[in-house]
Amino acid sequence: MKSLIFRTIAPVIVSVMVLFSIFVLLRGHNEPGGGFIGGLIAVAALSIYGIAFGVETVRRAIVFHPLSIAGAGLLLATLSGLLSMLFHVPFMTGLWVYPVILGEEIPLSSVMTFDIGVYLVVVGAVTSIALSLEERGED
Amino acid sequence: MNVTDLTFLALCLPFLGALVAPLLTKMLGHNAAWVLALIPAAIFVHFAGFTAEIAQGTAITGGYTWVPSFNVRFSWLIDGLSLSFILLISGIGALIVLYAGGYLKGHVHQGRFFSFLLMFMGSMLGLVASDSFLMLFIFWELTSITSFLLIGFDHHREAARRAAFQALVVTGGGGLFLLAGLIVLWNISGVTQFSALMALGPVIKASPLYLAALVMVLGGAFTKSAQFPFHFWLPNAMEAPTPVSAYLHSATMVKAGVYLLMRLNPVLGGTPEWQLILPAFGAATLVIGALLAVRQTDLKLMLAYTTMSSLGLLVMLTGFGTPYAIEAAVLYLVAHSLFKGALFMVAGIIDHETGTRDVTRLGGLRSAMPLTFAIALAAAISMGGLPPFFGFLAKEEVYAALSSFDPRSIVFAILTVTGNALMFAIAFAVALKPFAGKPVATPKHAHEAPVLLWLGPAVLALAGLAAAVLSGTIHALFSTPMASAIAGEPRSVAISLTPQIGVPLALSVLTIIIGIALYIGLAQVRAGVASALAWIGWGPDHGFDQAIRGLVRLSFAVTRRLQNGRLGSYMTMTFVAIAVVLLVPPFLFGELALAPVFPSIPLHELAIMIIAVIGLFAVVVAKDRLTAIVSLGIQGFSVAVIFLLYGAPDLAFTQFMIETLAVVILALVMTRLKLSPSDHRPFRETLPDAAIAIACGLGAGLLLLKVTQVPFDTALSDFFAQYSKTVAHGANIVNVIIVDFRGTDTLGEIAVVMIAGLAVLSLVRLRAGSMRRIADNDPDAEETGR
Repeated sequence: MKSLIFRTIAPVIVSVMVLFSIFVLLRGHNEPGGGFIGGLIAVAALSIYGIAFGVETVRRAIVFHPLSIAGAGLLLATLSGLLSMLFHVPFMTGLWVYPVILGEEIPLSSVMTFDIGVYLVVVGAVTSIALSLEERGED
Repeated sequence: MNVTDLTFLALCLPFLGALVAPLLTKMLGHNAAWVLALIPAAIFVHFAGFTAEIAQGTAITGGYTWVPSFNVRFSWLIDGLSLSFILLISGIGALIVLYAGGYLKGHVHQGRFFSFLLMFMGSMLGLVASDSFLMLFIFWELTSITSFLLIGFDHHREAARRAAFQALVVTGGGGLFLLAGLIVLWNISGVTQFSALMALGPVIKASPLYLAALVMVLGGAFTKSAQFPFHFWLPNAMEAPTPVSAYLHSATMVKAGVYLLMRLNPVLGGTPEWQLILPAFGAATLVIGALLAVRQTDLKLMLAYTTMSSLGLLVMLTGFGTPYAIEAAVLYLVAHSLFKGALFMVAGIIDHETGTRDVTRLGGLRSAMPLTFAIALAAAISMGGLPPFFGFLAKEEVYAALSSFDPRSIVFAILTVTGNALMFAIAFAVALKPFAGKPVATPKHAHEAPVLLWLGPAVLALAGLAAAVLSGTIHALFSTPMASAIAGEPRSVAISLTPQIGVPLALSVLTIIIGIALYIGLAQVRAGVASALAWIGWGPDHGFDQAIRGLVRLSFAVTRRLQNGRLGSYMTMTFVAIAVVLLVPPFLFGELALAPVFPSIPLHELAIMIIAVIGLFAVVVAKDRLTAIVSLGIQGFSVAVIFLLYGAPDLAFTQFMIETLAVVILALVMTRLKLSPSDHRPFRETLPDAAIAIACGLGAGLLLLKVTQVPFDTALSDFFAQYSKTVAHGANIVNVIIVDFRGTDTLGEIAVVMIAGLAVLSLVRLRAGSMRRIADNDPDAEETGR
């Protein structure tokens, strides 16, 4: 899209949206949010970026093929579930650790990595759909 | 290691052997057979160690828990019946491995062959050792699959491929019947182990589902054991290399069905149905098999059809229900395994050394192959039921079971004498004809077989003699425990080589006289049967082809109807189905929602609902597609706001994002597909679509109304509210459900998202020109084009 205004503000909107999507992803366990919603926000951000600067720019920006991102997410989610096998508890049991980083107790869990996997799958798969539809004639 | 672990190891050993066989063959060539034969030999020795204990009448069970939540165990039951089978399978198996070493010497894929053979052996051992239903079924299907590999070993030839496919379809399909039968038995009895089922025979027989269980089990047994009219795959399976024929189609695979019947005899047997169906099918198979055998001139095919008759005899005896019938089945089963294995291997030797198996082109081989001749003769004497071989004992016992004077016994005695006389003639046609008379020129210069080839049949032929001479010991150790296990009550076998004057002996003499007459007039009988078959013309083998061809055509016709490649018709079908599912049941069962009571709604909520409705109307009346897409977005956003107002922020959040992306993606799809900006169809063409849409909407609306009118069960929400924070450490119940309580669901869902992404990508990349048209798969066109 050749609108100068749009091109100027797109990077700002996109970076804020991506940040926001990560925020939504991480807070999801206690407040409204989570991997699905966060992933969808990130896809929206990438779509805006694509509309502003073209598909190739987006592909360069995210480095990996979107489906590779989705695959990595699925793998991460599966491994998060399998992790419980090591501790002899049923598949997908949530495991929690509470390390103290810089004086703050940070709860980390396999549930969180699972949610990150969900986020990556949604980002990857839907971005792949959007991008492949957006690029015309050149595939 | 205790006995349980060792038994488990013995059951796994063939599969481990299959793993190393190709490598070993690469290193040692055909001599790998000597090493690989140690596997079945070791199994034989291990299980032979149970003999004394089992002869006392005890059964050995053992195993491990497999899937505790479904009460599935990997467990085995070694009693007189399974022990005899195990010893036959492993003993003959060792000899077959040696024989295959000689027979396929220098074959490029000999290692692969050993591998298949050992896998088959392992499946067969597992089948007869299984105590749990599930294990039996798995091993049952494994024998079908491994025999498919063995029959199709020569996969360059179309005949071999067809035979393999046919065997797989018939026996594998029969396996599904067996599965159904086992499930019915489990439903009636509540147990999943044969050892527990044995005591529940009266319960099963009294159940109204008895007949269903019986028919299903028989469907499995009759297909596996090649009972008429499912016999056709067995002779076709002779496309396999001869070691396979000798092993699978005489001693093991085809006996699996007989094994199943014997195993279930205490549970299902003794009823009028059992005593009607089994003898009827068995006797028909016996006579038809023997007649078809006479028709053949190929040594292997002659033997294959007599195998079919022998299986018929075994099925008949298992279901006959008179004194001595079970004992006769036991003796005949053992005798048949010994002599038939030997005769098949002899047929293979003749083929291997002379280059032909056609009995009319062979003669006078006795001077060139004296040892083979001796072996063949010994096996044929046993098959003909002459003393001093084990076959004689078996046949005396068979006639003892049939020699009473009620009409049923007389009819079956006549049929059995006919079948046995024909088999007698064929035994000597196979074992005597090629060796007697003047030498005939053969494709290869005939000479004696190497040790690897003659060792197996020689041992089997001698075993037939030894078993008869030492009948007292054999009966005490094997026949009696096996017969007792089949009967489900103590039995004893006493027959010996000393002839007893009586009806059985008279029937034997009659059989032999007719047999000799048939042997002398074999050429005429063969011509007679051939012309009779030519007159009938159609057979189940041909029927199988017709059925498969019909199936291909049917699936093509169905596919062409349903998968016509037009997106519009897919959508129509899908949404009509949805409308039917939503609308028909409420009317059918009178479950319609009551008229709702309209609550008083605050103004701002009403305003948002009105916006949603306006959005909908805008979609319908929009001039061009882009406006319609955006209007749909308006409606979706309004719904999201309603979610927000009613306290579902997560849902609203997701809805907002989905609506945004849907508008973007739909717009992209529109440009991508180069659709015209607006829908130009006339009103009468859009009318059906409108009707379907309204029906779906109405159905969904009615359903939701109904849902809100039934009492709300709070069990789940209470559970989640209570445990979300304490167990899953999360305050947002929705997200905790998604990633923790129902995390496995989510895993499945994201896998679907991933696959959808892949599918869309490949669809987008497809070019219309590169697509293969469905019509190209037309079976008619393929057949005429070939």
